[in-house]
Formats: sequence, C-alpha cells, structure tokens
Amino acid sequence: MKAFATLLDTLVYTTSRNRKLALIAEYLRETPDPDRGWALGALTGELDFPAVKSSTIRNLMKDRVDPVLWTLSRDFVGDTAETASLLWPQDTDPQDDPPSVSEVIDLLSGLNRNTAPKELPKLLDRLDANGRFALIKLATGGMRIGVSARLAKTAFSQAFDVSVEEVEEYWHALEPPYTELFQWAADGADPPDVSNRPMFRPFMLAHPLEETKVNLKDYAAEWKWDGIRVQLVRVGGETRLYSRSGDDISVTFPELLDVLPIDAVLDGELLVRGTSQGGEAGGAASFNALQQRLGRKTVSKKMLAQAPAFVRLYDALILEGQDLREREWQRRRDTLESIVPKLPDSHFDLSALVEARDFDHLAEIREGARDDAIEGLMLKRRDAPYIAGRKVGLWYKWKRDPLLIDCVLMYAQRGSGKRSSFYSDYTFGCWDGDPDQGAELLPVGKAYSGFTDAELKKIDKLVRQTTLNRFGPVREVERTLVFEVAFDSVHSSKRHKSGLAMRFPRIHRIRWDKPVHEADRIEALRALVRG
Amino acid sequence: MSAPFSWIKPHTWGVEIVPAGAFIDPSRAVDKALVTHGHADHARGGHGETIATPETLAIMELRYRTGASDDEGAIPHKAVPVEYGETIRLAGGVDATYIPAGHVLGSAQILLEHAGERVVITGDYKRRADPTCAPFEVTPCDVFITEATFGLPVFTHPPIADEMGKLLSALEANPEGSVLVGAYALGKAQRVIAELRAAGHHAPIYLHGAMEKMCRLYEEHGVELGELRLVADHSKEDMAGAIIVAPPSAMSATWSRRLPSPVTAMASGWMRVRGRARQRGVELPLIISDHADWNELTDTIGQVNPAETWITHGREEALLRWCELNQRRARALALVGREEEDD
Repeated sequence: MKAFATLLDTLVYTTSRNRKLALIAEYLRETPDPDRGWALGALTGELDFPAVKSSTIRNLMKDRVDPVLWTLSRDFVGDTAETASLLWPQDTDPQDDPPSVSEVIDLLSGLNRNTAPKELPKLLDRLDANGRFALIKLATGGMRIGVSARLAKTAFSQAFDVSVEEVEEYWHALEPPYTELFQWAADGADPPDVSNRPMFRPFMLAHPLEETKVNLKDYAAEWKWDGIRVQLVRVGGETRLYSRSGDDISVTFPELLDVLPIDAVLDGELLVRGTSQGGEAGGAASFNALQQRLGRKTVSKKMLAQAPAFVRLYDALILEGQDLREREWQRRRDTLESIVPKLPDSHFDLSALVEARDFDHLAEIREGARDDAIEGLMLKRRDAPYIAGRKVGLWYKWKRDPLLIDCVLMYAQRGSGKRSSFYSDYTFGCWDGDPDQGAELLPVGKAYSGFTDAELKKIDKLVRQTTLNRFGPVREVERTLVFEVAFDSVHSSKRHKSGLAMRFPRIHRIRWDKPVHEADRIEALRALVRG
Repeated sequence: MSAPFSWIKPHTWGVEIVPAGAFIDPSRAVDKALVTHGHADHARGGHGETIATPETLAIMELRYRTGASDDEGAIPHKAVPVEYGETIRLAGGVDATYIPAGHVLGSAQILLEHAGERVVITGDYKRRADPTCAPFEVTPCDVFITEATFGLPVFTHPPIADEMGKLLSALEANPEGSVLVGAYALGKAQRVIAELRAAGHHAPIYLHGAMEKMCRLYEEHGVELGELRLVADHSKEDMAGAIIVAPPSAMSATWSRRLPSPVTAMASGWMRVRGRARQRGVELPLIISDHADWNELTDTIGQVNPAETWITHGREEALLRWCELNQRRARALALVGREEEDD
C-alpha cells in the first residue's frame, strides 16, 4: 500500500503527461501481482465498493474528532478523504504492518454496511496519512487525480513495451486485477482469449493526405462523414456501441441496440436523420443536430423521434465469429456490401464509394461536394488489412479545404504540460459592426494550435506586454493582433454571445502586419453557416 | 489598581503596552515599538524607537536600507538592542524580557511584567530544532498571547529529515534538470539550506538575487550555509543537477525559464494540504514551516499553563474551540495585516 499511496500522492502534483506515464509505468513494472492489477483498476475507475460511502467516513470521524474542529478542517481542506486522512488519530506504534493493496481489496470487498464501520478503523490504524488518503480514495471511488483510463492504459503499454491498441483490445474483456493481461505483457504468455465478449476492437485510423497524390487503382475513395466514428458489436445476441476512444456509449443510443440481426463487429459513422439537407446518400442532419444527442445518460422519446440515429457502415471486422481483419480491404468491402441489404434500412446504410476517373477528377468531386454531412474524402488502400492504429500509407483522410477568417486576439490562457509557462490558448473575436464607428469585438472561438514554438514565444511576449486584466490563468489583452483562423465549419449556437460556434478552429497564419480594424465582421462569419 | 491585565490593550494593528506608551509589532509607525522578529508583517520601519534583538535590528536595517521598502522614513530612528534573557525597564514600571522564540534568526517572545502580572507575547514561534536560530523557551505567565497561523488540527508538520529526503530524491531522479525550491527569503531559505547541508548535500546551491544579502547576514551571524551561487551569474548547464532557492513571489514562469527543466518545490506549512499545493502549481510540496503546528500550539499552551490565552493571528477559531474543550480561558484578538501565504 505504501508504494501505491506514494504513486497517488506524486500523481496529484504532477502536471506533465510524460512524467505521469513514467511514474505509473515504473509502478506497474516494480509491483508484484495482484497488487499492480488492483492499482490499475483503481486508476481506471473500475473498482467499486458499495459498502463504503463518503458518509461512512464522515461518521467514523464523528466518533474521533470534535464536530466543530472537523467542520473547520473540512472547510479549509475542501476534501473529505483528505481531511479524514489528516485528522485520523495516528497510531504511533501500530501492532500490524501496513496492508498490501490486495489485502485492502480483499477486506473492502468483504464489507457490508454493518461491518464497514468496524473494519475500516483497523485498516486506517495500520497506515500513515498518505496511506489513509489512498485507502479512503480507493474505498469511496473517484480518484480525481488527473489520470484518465486512457493514460493508465498507455502507461501499461509503455511499461511492458506492448502496443496500446492491443491493450485496449483485451482490456474490455478482462476485470481487475487483470492477471492474464500482466502474464501476457510482462511474462510473455499467450494473449487472453476474448472472442466471446461484446468488446471493443481498436479502430484503424487515417493520416491526413497533405501533399500526397495516390493512384486510384490502389486506393478506393469514400466520403468522410461529419458524424462520430462508432463500432457496433454484437456477440451472442448482446449488442454494444463504442465510441472512438473505446467508451461504451450504448445507453446514449438505445435505438441501435436491438436492430442488428447477426453477430458482428462493424465500423461506421453514427449520424442522425434530419431534414436540413438531403445529400445524395440521403437524409443526414448536420453535426450540430447530432451534438444534441451526445453524452446523454437517458434519452427522451421526443429526442428519439426528433433525431433518430443510424449508422453509415464502412467496414466489417468480424462477422458471425469469423475475424476478417487479416483480409484485404476489397474483400471486407465485398462482405459488407453483401450483408447490408439484410440489415434494417431504418438504422443502417452503406457508405457509398466515390467513383472517379483519376486523382484530379477526384479532387474536382471533392471541391464540388456541398452536402453538410460531408467533411471530405477517405482514401483506403484496397489491399490493406484492418490494422489498429494509424499506419502510414494505408488510410488517408482528405478534408475539404478549411474556411478562413481574420479575427482579433482578445484573451489568452496558459497552456498545460511543456506549455504551462506560456500563454498558448487564444480566444479571438470578430467585429459586431464597423470598427471605425465604435463596433465591439465578440468572441467567436478559441484555438491552441497552428503556430510554431518561435511564434508561440512571440505571442506569449505580446500577451504579457499588453495585458489589460487578469482572471486567474486568463489574461485579457489589448486588441492589437490579428489571426487568420482556419476552421472546418461554423454553426449557429445559443451558447455563445456571437451566436456562432466554429468546428476545429486553429491558427492558420499570424497577421502581425494587419491592423485590427481590418479584421472580419461577425456577418462575414455568419454568411458561412450551413445547415 | 485597575482590572487585571488592563495595562495590555490589543488593537487590530498591534498590542499596546499602555503605561509604557509602546506597542508590540505595530503595523503602523509609532513612537516606541517592541519588535519580535524581522518579518515584514511584524517589523515595519518608521518608528521613533525600535526595541529588538541585535539580529532583528540587523535584519531590519538590511531590509529598509537596501530598498526592500520604498518608504524613505523606514530606517529605524533609534535602535535599542536587547539580548536574549536581558530585561529592560520601560516607562510606567513595565519590564520587558526578550526570550528566544525559535522562529527565525533573532526572533523573540517578549515577557512583560507589571504590577505583579506576567504577560508573554510569542510573536511567531515554533518548537522544532532549527540550526539557524535559538530554540523556543517555555516561560510561565498569566496571559499567554499566542499566534495561531497553523491553528487547525490538520496541520502537523512531519520531521524535517523526511522532507529533506523527498527533496534530495527528487534531485537524484532529475540529474539533468534541477529542483527549484520556493522558500521565504528570511528564515525559511536559510533553514532549508542549513538542513540540506546537515543532510550531507554539499554541492553549490543557487540563489535568486533577492535572497543573497539575507543569506550573507545569516553567515555573518555564524550560520554556515556552504557554497552559495547566484542564478544570474550562471548558465543553464552550470545548474544541471542543482538545487535552486528563490522566494515564492519571484518564482514566475518567465524567471524559471532560465533554469534547466526545474521541478517546482515549495517549502511551507501550507503544503500539508494538497489543494493549496496544486493551486500554486507545486510539483514537490515540502511541509516545512517556521510556525508551530497544531500539536505544538496546544502542547505549548499546556506547558505554559497560563490563566488566560489570547490568540492573535491565524486560524484562531479552532484553537479557541480547543481551549473551550480543555476548560481554558481564551479569547481571540483578531489582529489584522498579518500575512499567511509564504510561511
């Protein structure tokens, strides 16, 4: 428990992602089974001990600390677990050694509401303040130490030099303490058998096309849809829907859970039906409409009726128990085309291929695409297997050229990680009228990429020299600098004062030369709203 | 004779010794001031007469002559040195004795005796051993006027050796980089350096320019600090693998860019609480304080065993509650203008 408590304590204070990864990886390498597996479960939020609640801890403290002193302390510290860990009467000569993580887990799992108040004190007595903090966090859940599940898995892959995609693949089928996962990664045992679980398979991802030209004999072209990438998995009749990061989002889209008639793992784009545009492939609403449905734990009937979801399929990974991922794209595509007619067209359609004579013709088609649900084109190598992650030369994304607008820097915020000493996140605005007639700037977006390190230094200096106001980590600056901002699309939004929200804004060029009154007006941006 | 202790009168800006026409640690300029120690929130300049230990007077002279304050009148007009254990007679038949407080170099408690009543005002104090100053002495009295900076039971300072261990292992883990320690320029910085030397760290330690003179003053008073260098005189490469000490107020992002990938540490009692450390962007919290922690505060009240405890600055509510629970007479004085942040 001491090593785990030290790990937690250090992670609390570490802001650099690389340092966090190194700390977790070192812990995972040096800690024996099953402690490290339980620790990994704790970090990824997969442990749950219903017998121990925050109120259990508060009640324990009531018997040990004067209530006035408790309240004064709790108010100052701001965290019940931490306050309790500091105020617990320290046993200066504990009878027993500090428990191991697995001993703690065993004890916690065996507790119920009646035994918890009797057993927890015995554990707390065996630990120091850091250990008590770790124990209470572990028992009550919700570490909140700035470590995401993804970060913990990445640390695992770094610790044992295995691919994070493979870790993801097995992860969802296993439970803490992940003994099989450690046996495979650390001891070279066979990978865990996961074929019978409705689990997530890591996605194959694309590189931007940039300056490359490809031969259409080798590559097939598809539209790139402006929805969210999903994986629909059905095994033994049980269906799950996963997002790009492997999160289970089944509850958010219940209409997709009992419509797949066969066991399969399918890759596609989730869109919602809408009337805002037709498009040749038919009936998808803008991303803005889809956004209304994201992140919900419960979905109203009205929502289901107004914005029903469907999946536009573009790949098949597994079909009726058969893993197709080793096969080349063309064969997977043939298989997919043969099964789509058997699926209900209310919830599925096929992402059509884009036929072109040659690359230049394809470029023309891309320029001409007007459907708002189209983000650009995908180019997929016809003989490529389905490989998790981003492998050069197999899949390309070729987005439509971005839209551009000139905005004025208004606020700057400090970055994180290696940028934490620089003002690197910029909020910019457009004029709400004629700047020479007293118009004001309204914020229209925020960006933190698209500039070089040298440019960052220069902007950082300007921010410090022209600060008007400070709001915590944010500085308001004099209006002196124009950014040419690139973005993929712009939508109406009630959330912003300007009434507009940009998608993927980034700094395209820094216009040191341009006077701020020549920056664009809100109307110019509004004219670019589609859908 | 009037009511007991009526010759001592607390104001929000200082404690008045009525018959003597003098004040203890006043935060405004007065004719006659008794100063417990050199921190700016206790020792301001501009008094007609300042009575303090020779070390405290030296510190005040350094601070107010060297531009630490813009106040032209800040130089003590008349400085009256009092050694530890020495008693001086003030006007109105009040005797004042200066007794070590263990807070920083020269820090004193002041024992006041008048009409058979004894009052001790602690100023700031701690009970831990500190190689840079004389240790606190328990002095029996009728009224004990105590600070309460860390007057909450969550504040228990760990042994300083533990914290030095944390600092040195962070340095070892970052051999190409450095560890930047934020430490108050008077007292904390010198204590950290002296404790590092005691822990066997003899490499040069780099200083922010703002604390050079105070370190020299400590050395002149016999506190050995080993080899100290100025950050400004050295390149990033020179400082690889080194400890750098700077006042917390100077630890800006722009200043620390000149250091080789620094881990940011802070030596302060507030580091006990994670939220406080995170708020300030501290990566390596070092729980080191020159104030008494909760147990020291309550133990000291028990040992001094006064008839009444008056609580000055800090978290007086919790300490009042403790006195209540332990059937001790107590009151809060609520002095204003005392800093808490960097202690």
